[in-house]
Amino acid sequence: MDGEDRLLDDRTPGVEHEESMANFLSYTAGLGLAVLLTIASFVVAQTNLLWPPGIPVGLVVLAFAQIGVHLVFFLHIGSGPDHTNNVLALAFGVLIVFLVIAGSIWIIANLNANMMEMPASLPR
Amino acid sequence: MTIATIDTVRPKLVRGRGGGGPASTRTVVAYGFWIFLLSDFILFAGLFAAYAVLSGNTAGGPTGAELFNLRSVFIETMCLLFSSYACGLGALSAERRRVDHFYISAVFTFALGAAFLFIEISEFAGMVSRGAGPSRSAFLSAFFTLVGTHGAHVTLGLIWFIYMVAQVAVKGLRPHVLRRLLCFSLFWHALDIVWVGVFTLVYLMGVQ
Repeated sequence: MDGEDRLLDDRTPGVEHEESMANFLSYTAGLGLAVLLTIASFVVAQTNLLWPPGIPVGLVVLAFAQIGVHLVFFLHIGSGPDHTNNVLALAFGVLIVFLVIAGSIWIIANLNANMMEMPASLPR
Repeated sequence: MTIATIDTVRPKLVRGRGGGGPASTRTVVAYGFWIFLLSDFILFAGLFAAYAVLSGNTAGGPTGAELFNLRSVFIETMCLLFSSYACGLGALSAERRRVDHFYISAVFTFALGAAFLFIEISEFAGMVSRGAGPSRSAFLSAFFTLVGTHGAHVTLGLIWFIYMVAQVAVKGLRPHVLRRLLCFSLFWHALDIVWVGVFTLVYLMGVQ
């Protein structure tokens, strides 16, 4: 495959078309960032470094950052035109995941709030 | 590459947009597997939603703060992360036809994955022996379903990985073996992404 053709070939997750040394560095950089973010998550959860009511929000932010690091450095999802199909599929997956999680929590919290108190005498 | 370059090249070179004929088998296989992984994320989204809804319903039983040991969860997390890293390096060595490097990475991938699974199983066994099994409360049912499904994926992944190393040993690094290795490596990285959600939502938020 000649150079120009190769540049325009489609890419898939997990495949990097660069020098192998760059690839190795990418994995290692990803590992370093993921370790840092993991340590940060555990520290935030166990100390009062963050304002306590804000800890869950901080943990969610750190988790999203780490998922981003995994996608870019380990799965090699990029932003170039040759990644359009992969990113579109990912975006659709994220949409469905968001609908399932946010929708379930929203609806069930409402149902729970409208539930009648069950008397303790009733058989369960 | 700028947009202008794309406009001026011959149309037959623009692949993936109907111009260059069908994509290579490798591209098609990895893309199909990517779609499967996204559907797996949706499966886990259902379990995460169930856990988020039920995590407060302990029915008078033990809560997460009483059950979880963050030190062992941290070790588990590091095992899975380094296993994923070793798997990535192994796939890289396989692409470069370095069988010796591949086997070294394979040993680390498997050993760290098995260590993760061992810690998880001993955690489950400890909880069940303390009377905190899946039938104790809705919280524990959701916990065992979510974390157990992830553990089942890791178990299947380890079995698949033994099978892949055997294929490399018997068939060598042929193109179809490399494609299967690529799929395994994507699967292993995806399990690590799911684990980020598990340790954040279940363990770190569970002890708050």
